[in-house]
Amino acid sequence: MEDKSAAIEFDNVTYRHAGGTLVLDGFSLAIGRGETLALVGRSGTGKTTILKLINHLLLPQSGAVRIEGRATSEWDPIRLRRRIGYVLQEVGLFPHMTIGRNVAVVPRLEGWPEDRVSARVDELLNLVGLDPKTFRDRYPRELSGGQRQRVGVARALAVDPPILLMDEPFGALDPLTRAEMHREFHRIQSQVRKTIVCVTHDMGEAFSLGTKIGVLSNGKLAAFATPAEITRSNNPEVKIFLDALPKPAVQTAQ
Amino acid sequence: MRLIEFWLNHGGEFLSAILRHLALVAASTGVAVALGVPLGVVSYRSPRLGSPLIGVANVAQTIPSLAMFGFLIPLPLVGGIGAKAALIVLILYALLPVMRTTVSGLKGIDPAVREAGLAMGMTDRQLLYQVELPLALSAIIAGVRVATVVGVGTATIAAAIGAGGLGEYIFRGVASVDGTVILAGAIPAALLALIADFALGRMERRLAPGRSKSSSSRVGLAIAIAAVALVLIVSGLLWSDRARGRIVVGSKNFTEQVILGELISQLIERRTQLKVSRKLNLGDTLVCDTAMRAGDLDVYVEYTGTALTAIFKQPVRMNVDEVKLIVEACYSITGRTMLAPLGFNNTYVILVRNEDARRRGLKTISDAVQRMPGLRAGFGAAFLDREDGYQGLVKLYDLRLAETPRAMDLSLIYRALADQQVDLIAGDATNGLIAKLDLFALEDDRRYFPPYHAAPVARTEVLDRHPELRAIFNRLAGVISDQEMRQMNYEAEVERRDPASVAQSFLARHPEILATSEVMDR
Repeated sequence: MEDKSAAIEFDNVTYRHAGGTLVLDGFSLAIGRGETLALVGRSGTGKTTILKLINHLLLPQSGAVRIEGRATSEWDPIRLRRRIGYVLQEVGLFPHMTIGRNVAVVPRLEGWPEDRVSARVDELLNLVGLDPKTFRDRYPRELSGGQRQRVGVARALAVDPPILLMDEPFGALDPLTRAEMHREFHRIQSQVRKTIVCVTHDMGEAFSLGTKIGVLSNGKLAAFATPAEITRSNNPEVKIFLDALPKPAVQTAQ
Repeated sequence: MRLIEFWLNHGGEFLSAILRHLALVAASTGVAVALGVPLGVVSYRSPRLGSPLIGVANVAQTIPSLAMFGFLIPLPLVGGIGAKAALIVLILYALLPVMRTTVSGLKGIDPAVREAGLAMGMTDRQLLYQVELPLALSAIIAGVRVATVVGVGTATIAAAIGAGGLGEYIFRGVASVDGTVILAGAIPAALLALIADFALGRMERRLAPGRSKSSSSRVGLAIAIAAVALVLIVSGLLWSDRARGRIVVGSKNFTEQVILGELISQLIERRTQLKVSRKLNLGDTLVCDTAMRAGDLDVYVEYTGTALTAIFKQPVRMNVDEVKLIVEACYSITGRTMLAPLGFNNTYVILVRNEDARRRGLKTISDAVQRMPGLRAGFGAAFLDREDGYQGLVKLYDLRLAETPRAMDLSLIYRALADQQVDLIAGDATNGLIAKLDLFALEDDRRYFPPYHAAPVARTEVLDRHPELRAIFNRLAGVISDQEMRQMNYEAEVERRDPASVAQSFLARHPEILATSEVMDR
């Protein structure tokens, strides 16, 4: 059932910040269609850079990032980004637009007819567990953090993009809301089957979300495997993250 | 309440002053928004381009408005007098607040929001119109608010270069020391500023992100504002276009000049088919002269002595005919024509009480010096200081005073003489109080004071284009005696009548000026 060609592929990618700091150094990685890759790493290890390289907000200095077999530099960035949903850590909802309009942004950019847009908005709000009647006409500032994050997911999924990028999407939520969001994530993913790259600094979240886990260290992948394999890893870089986990979580993952 | 009476009596004029004021501010703010917002966006996107832009706007802001109007008068195309130059100054002033708030509004947007827009595949333009500008809108409106309030204030100063509006009352009031007239302009100007501030303040709050209705209504509003501004600009342009076929009559900024400007205007209107554009109360001698050289002013009344010394920088001369000849020649080589003098001579006069003059048979200054030993004198501060004032007078007439002359305010000096506080003063030959207070002007028998005969000065080109004007202006030759001019000044300054109606009464008293005469009109 898994397609052979990778949905997203990093081929020996090097990326330096404008200041000269080396972020990615000969970084390679392939993500199959429908997989959920949870990328774990400490702050400043280039997790967000990887996401921005995928949707052409950044371009690698050397090597190539290929989406569906084509290097990002060959894509029209606007077309590429509309095929990739992006959920930001700060959500980044447009404060001057209602929830409905926020979700409708990309369909409108794509020139969908209004009735289709509005049907899609209701469908998506239902999908992320927000009643359209209650929420469609509210403004972001009237919503709680968890509700805003759901809107962020709905917005990212609006035109049914094959790829979804999530940048610490649940980082700012309290633990209970976060656990609830993880359950929602699985429910939604079981319905939409996207190729997802989700970055987090929390190994527990990575275990909870990922079908594959990548551990970033010093600009390279220290480990890239299924959650079960990761728990058995002896790699010291991986161990650091595992040791930070509460024991029951490790057992659950096993 | 004299103020309300004044407004009621000048209803139409007052309303059109308000409308003109509003039009000036709306048009200039409209253009400033149309330029300032894009410039702000450019400055924000490219700081390298932006900081010099803001710098230029900053410098423009620091130039005092009166100075800026002054700079503009001699410039071709953009300059001159009237609404066009005023608009340019107002636009320059409004530009900075609009640009600044546009930049700061854009800078204040949460980077995550901008990044979200980019990540969703918005083009630069989509990001700007759908996200950045709507979010910066309330900040931009705050800038427009500042620009508008400043504009309402600055527009009052625009009256100095004949742009009209409420400032005209303020200038007129200052010139005639009439508080009511000042207030008649100042109060509505202040109210306009407050109303604009309040309305735009409400709009600013309504447009704060995430508060108002859908963004489409906001765009609609922006379009409506733009449309209104555009209509105003276009009508403003048409307006000055129409002004083109008109004879522009000017005057300096004191009562006598305004009356004479009215007189000339009414004469043209009643005796020809030409339309008149009044630029009365323009400013001092040099403003009028510069405006005329620039072709913005077609005719105004000048005084021979003033033209000789202040405009053509010639030494003072005493001989009436000599002065007239020199000034005529100077005007003629600079493309202007001085027409026949109106009659009166607005020079300094030495005044005594009529009663004294009669009792002692005084006719001349020499008579007074001989027959009024131990007299007390009062002079204005300027007259006392000038070499060609008090000091020269003492020398030429061998004037001996009982005590050092008193320095007095010019507006009080006539009353001081009438009230016997002093026995002799130097005054203005055409001052309206001379007749009212029963004062007597002594003849300057030794020719101490240079002549200041009033005469219309017109651009020769205009006289050639409309030959009938020459005949019309010549009908005024010699008809306004010192006595007549005093009378008219009295009506305007003391009785506080409108200069237009004073001029109208004068024409009614002299039907021969308006009478149809085939011979003269040919």
